Amino acid sequence: MAVLQFREAIKAAIDEEMARDEKVLVMGEEVAEYNGAYKTTEGLLSKYGYKRVIDTPISELGFAGIGVGAAMNGLRPIVEFMTFNFAVLAADQIINHASKVKYMTGGQIDCPIVFRGPNASAGQLGATHSVSYDSMYAHFPGLKVIYTSEPDDAKGLLKSAIRDDNPVLFMESEQMYGLKGEVSEQEDYIIPIGKGKVKREGRHVTLVAHGKMYHLAVQAANQLAKDGVECEIIDPRTVKPLDLPLIIESIKKTNRCVVIDEAHPFGGLAAEIGFLIQREAFDYLDAPVLRVTLPDVCAPFAKNLFDLWYPSVKQVVDAVNQVTYRN
Amino acid sequence: MAKNKTANVEFAPRGISDEKVSAVQKGVDLPVATKSKHKDMGLSDADLKAMYEQMYLQRRFEERAMQQYQKGKFGGFLHLYIGQEAVSTGTVFALNDDDDIITAYRDHGWGLCRGISANAGMAELFGKGAGSSRGKGGSMHFANVEQHFWGGYGIVGGHIPIGGGLAFANKYEQNGRISTCFFGDGAVDQGALHETFNIAQLWGLPAIFVVENNGYSMGTAAKRHTVAEIVDRAKGYGMKSAVINGMDVFSVYEKMKEITDDVRKNSEPWFVEIRTYRYRGHSMSDPQKYRTKEELEEYQKIDPIERLKTYMLDYKVATGSAIKKIEDKIEQEILDAVEFADNAEFPKPEELYEDMFVEDNPYFHT
Repeated sequence: MAVLQFREAIKAAIDEEMARDEKVLVMGEEVAEYNGAYKTTEGLLSKYGYKRVIDTPISELGFAGIGVGAAMNGLRPIVEFMTFNFAVLAADQIINHASKVKYMTGGQIDCPIVFRGPNASAGQLGATHSVSYDSMYAHFPGLKVIYTSEPDDAKGLLKSAIRDDNPVLFMESEQMYGLKGEVSEQEDYIIPIGKGKVKREGRHVTLVAHGKMYHLAVQAANQLAKDGVECEIIDPRTVKPLDLPLIIESIKKTNRCVVIDEAHPFGGLAAEIGFLIQREAFDYLDAPVLRVTLPDVCAPFAKNLFDLWYPSVKQVVDAVNQVTYRN
Repeated sequence: MAKNKTANVEFAPRGISDEKVSAVQKGVDLPVATKSKHKDMGLSDADLKAMYEQMYLQRRFEERAMQQYQKGKFGGFLHLYIGQEAVSTGTVFALNDDDDIITAYRDHGWGLCRGISANAGMAELFGKGAGSSRGKGGSMHFANVEQHFWGGYGIVGGHIPIGGGLAFANKYEQNGRISTCFFGDGAVDQGALHETFNIAQLWGLPAIFVVENNGYSMGTAAKRHTVAEIVDRAKGYGMKSAVINGMDVFSVYEKMKEITDDVRKNSEPWFVEIRTYRYRGHSMSDPQKYRTKEELEEYQKIDPIERLKTYMLDYKVATGSAIKKIEDKIEQEILDAVEFADNAEFPKPEELYEDMFVEDNPYFHT
């Protein structure tokens, strides 16, 4: 195992795949000469040149669509968005074209493209830079959505995403790029898309958390452990396809669940998982499934309001206390 | 101090309801057609007959499709290309067979001239499993990727960046292919066009972007939805441009041939405005109150198919009976296609879940 920063794990995945397959290229704002707004493509320009590491204008719709067309015509583009908040401008290409072109042509066209970049809040950036989009894209048939929490997952899953013959959205976080973690040194390290992971075993309650929220869950679990509450933490890693069997297996053991999701509450991953648990494990539940999410409110700027808005360890602990009837 | 309020505030310019002039309003002003004769352009007599056959096929295919739609044989939208056949035909003859074509939802003609058989096309309209897109696409989503026709797309302007992407891949692979992207005049107002033009020029993409200006964005006349001359959009990007008479297949062929040679040689994009006219409404549910009958008749007088026929007779490329033979052959082909489509099977229920993903047993959320 090697200790890598999250950004280094992402760069390693891109680098390895570019070395392996000449059809893989990366394009986006500041990916080449600037070495990446968050340094996830650092050094790739000097290694692969201007043909395969391409700076784009600030034209999300335009370059995302060029990526889609290039993927249809045989290439394997990695399209980087400086944040998924800006990808909203390219949503037509992701939602109306990449996800549908195979189906509506009766299978004639494949679209092997990866859209990647940071997702969700990165601190006090105000309302338009703080939204979590994984659940929204997971709504649409034809898209695979990954939002990882640790460098090891990021490396293995990004390599899988680049090799996947379908459109994949791969989400990261500005606030996690510097996060260090052990990353497998196994040659050609691949994690299959759609497989979650039990990251902490416990018998009292299941916490389902992905992306940045995984780290919140860990903090809450550490705190609860001091009171003798053993949390099992499941990181789905892939939002869609969702590894439901892994979650259900855990619920059958703990009989209680709190879902922690960095999205707004309506129709998000937390809502979906809550529904699925009642459908698949109703008789195993000893308490209603609870969720900790953002409120149904835009991201505020003011520090005190932001802290109220953002999911907290205390909210997770409170929810666990509630489902374990400890309060 | 606030300005006085005027009596009336209006935004979009008014349409024909406000026309006080007696002259027929024209959807588009056609540039002068080429004077070149077919042999000057390197077209043989056989090429002309093939062009005529192609245009006639497109015309009759759609006229029959319209009848079948009116009979209730299929549903959905049906956007007819009738009147614009010289654009697709002239272009396809100018391109190499492996050059790429992508277009908007008025796509039947493009599919037919890139190898979709009348049978497969009609079956697609009927939503049958034997359709060109296996009944998954319908009228707006004809495609034949094997012959480099990447399909019709239903989001106005949404396929323009994709056309740029096809060109990007061709340049990346250095395969000598160029890509052509067709759209209607309504699409020139979309941001997607402007973002793509900027990138295409910046990156030297071997692409030809073509607006088939038929004078109307659905029911809104060009002068009511867009400012200045459409072709002048190219100037803002330093892009090469041209205006072509789209009611004359020779004019389309000749200029598109010249442009394709330039793109292949220099790997620089072009923006081409081909002015044309659609005889039918935007779709089947269009009462066409935005234009006059007289205007339509003006254009039908210069019908591209009749024009080619007259030329072929005048220059003894084909005799009347030889032309009649082509027409009869097409007529039968289309009648057979209608019968084929009517009798073909609908897709099987399990096909609902096919063609979503590349892998064999994909995950579907339930």
